[in-house]
Amino acid sequence: MTRWLAWGVFLMGCLYFLLPLLGMAEFSLRMRRDEYSFDAYRVVFADGRFWATFGYSLMLAGWTIVVGVVLVVPTAYWVRLKLPQARPFVEFVTLLPLVIPAIVIVFGYIRLYNTSSFLPLTGSALGTDFLLTMGYATLALPYMYRAVDTGLRTIDVGTLTEAAQSLGAGWITIMLRVILPNVLVAVLSGAFLTLAIVMGEFTMAALLNRPAFGPFMQLIGANRAYEPPALAVIAFAITWGCMGLMQLVSRLSKHERARGR
Amino acid sequence: MSFLTIANLEKSFGTIRVVKDFNLSVDKGEFISLLGPSGCGKTTVLRMVAGFEVPTSGSIRIDGQEVTGLRANARNIGMMFQAYALFPNLTVADNVAFGLRVKGVGRAEREARVAEMLALIGLPELGARYPFQLSGGQQQRVALARALAPRPRVLLLDEPLSALDAKVRVSLRNEIRAIQRELGITTIFVTHDQEEALSISDRIVVMNGGIAEQVGTPFDIYNHPRTRFVANFVGTLNTFEAVVEVPASGIVRIGEQAMRLAEPVEAPRGAAIALALRPEALRLGRAEGREVVLEGTVREVHFLGSVIRVTADVAGTRVALDTFNRADTPPPAVGTTTEVSLSARDFIPLA
Repeated sequence: MTRWLAWGVFLMGCLYFLLPLLGMAEFSLRMRRDEYSFDAYRVVFADGRFWATFGYSLMLAGWTIVVGVVLVVPTAYWVRLKLPQARPFVEFVTLLPLVIPAIVIVFGYIRLYNTSSFLPLTGSALGTDFLLTMGYATLALPYMYRAVDTGLRTIDVGTLTEAAQSLGAGWITIMLRVILPNVLVAVLSGAFLTLAIVMGEFTMAALLNRPAFGPFMQLIGANRAYEPPALAVIAFAITWGCMGLMQLVSRLSKHERARGR
Repeated sequence: MSFLTIANLEKSFGTIRVVKDFNLSVDKGEFISLLGPSGCGKTTVLRMVAGFEVPTSGSIRIDGQEVTGLRANARNIGMMFQAYALFPNLTVADNVAFGLRVKGVGRAEREARVAEMLALIGLPELGARYPFQLSGGQQQRVALARALAPRPRVLLLDEPLSALDAKVRVSLRNEIRAIQRELGITTIFVTHDQEEALSISDRIVVMNGGIAEQVGTPFDIYNHPRTRFVANFVGTLNTFEAVVEVPASGIVRIGEQAMRLAEPVEAPRGAAIALALRPEALRLGRAEGREVVLEGTVREVHFLGSVIRVTADVAGTRVALDTFNRADTPPPAVGTTTEVSLSARDFIPLA
């Protein structure tokens, strides 16, 4: 009886989430009258701006991941190793981006780094890209930090560090050869989450006036009928692809198998 | 000139003094055990030698070099941990090669050294495995190979056997000792297990409350404990209350029985002193050379195989005594009255 009830609830949940998606996917295939076609997708893919904005966002996502890893892995490691009493504080800081709206951050950036400021980053495309990357890294911080911190929890950070030190390793060797490889799966899941966030981000890119994927989606959505759902399906495919990659990577890494996944 | 010298070492965490004025000289190739209950400071001493803790004061010298201010990775020491601490992302061979790689040893030499080390620990076939594919005992042996590969000056063992089951513990400790002898490497071994310390050490440092209570060979520590703590912590002990009769000639009285100890007593006539006796110094029944015979009642009998441990009430105290198993003599029954004989020279006066 409970079993049937559980399955019933599960199916209801599935319908609740899947029906809108199905409706959207179905609508995206209806551009041609009276028959299903991929016309909407063809239009989207034929649009030069799609590829330009997609590539741009992908590149920024890559840089954001690099910045995030360089910032978060040593920090999380150091907090675990030497400053466990600072953990609540650091966790609080990493959660701030969830509470502070992106628009506040970006307005702060524009105020601090505008062309008449001491550091006119918004004066050049490169400077603005740098600002945008930092903004994205901030937005991704809660996810990146949590992923890495969870990864660090599965290894005995203190003893491994001491073992490496007793074998003559310095901090850089310890980071690159002991800590990073052992939290690689966690870092990758953080990286994929970052990718998903950056690909869909609108506010920052729009206000900094950069040709990112988010503003392009918004532009299409405001002006066309069948292409927006096609874009949404593509965006979902990217996100799910990322999740699949996350699973795949954690399966493929040999020493992770011991943890019974 | 000793190889490793620890002088006036002190360590405080906040207001708590964990290690107090610790001094130790270790010769080259010596196997030293730091033995004591948890919280006695033995691990802290080891971690200061390793460079993981900074001493509050005092000095540590290895091979004539002052290392007190040196970082851990510059000390050239090998260390084994209770939790194995193998790098989970590296194969066994890569784990063993880690220290060599850090040192910048060339590939050919590195591979030769790794093969040599794996042969030394008796696991030459397992180089390609990952740590999680090994048993605890195998992992700890790999940890030993990893620690030894870069030819450290000193080997530090931080309770490396505690996480293993009893049988592996005994075989691995013998193996560690054999390898240590073969390589002639100076070793400090931290343990809370007195049997472990007694069986493999050249010398033992018994620690209590951050102080080295006694330093000596296992034979010395066991047979001539200098403090009550050492006597109690190392081995099982029976304690008798005795009254001093003639201090200069060491004559005391237990109950009604007067006896002469091996040495003069440092207490005045009429004072009560505590005398200790190892279980194996007591004998059930009368025996030659054991002039003191006391009446006793058998309370418990534990048949352990080669040894039978009997608990009896003798002269108002409960004592444990060990007898060897003999196929023709069954152990006494619980509740029976028996005679217990001993030699007064075996008594250890407790300070």
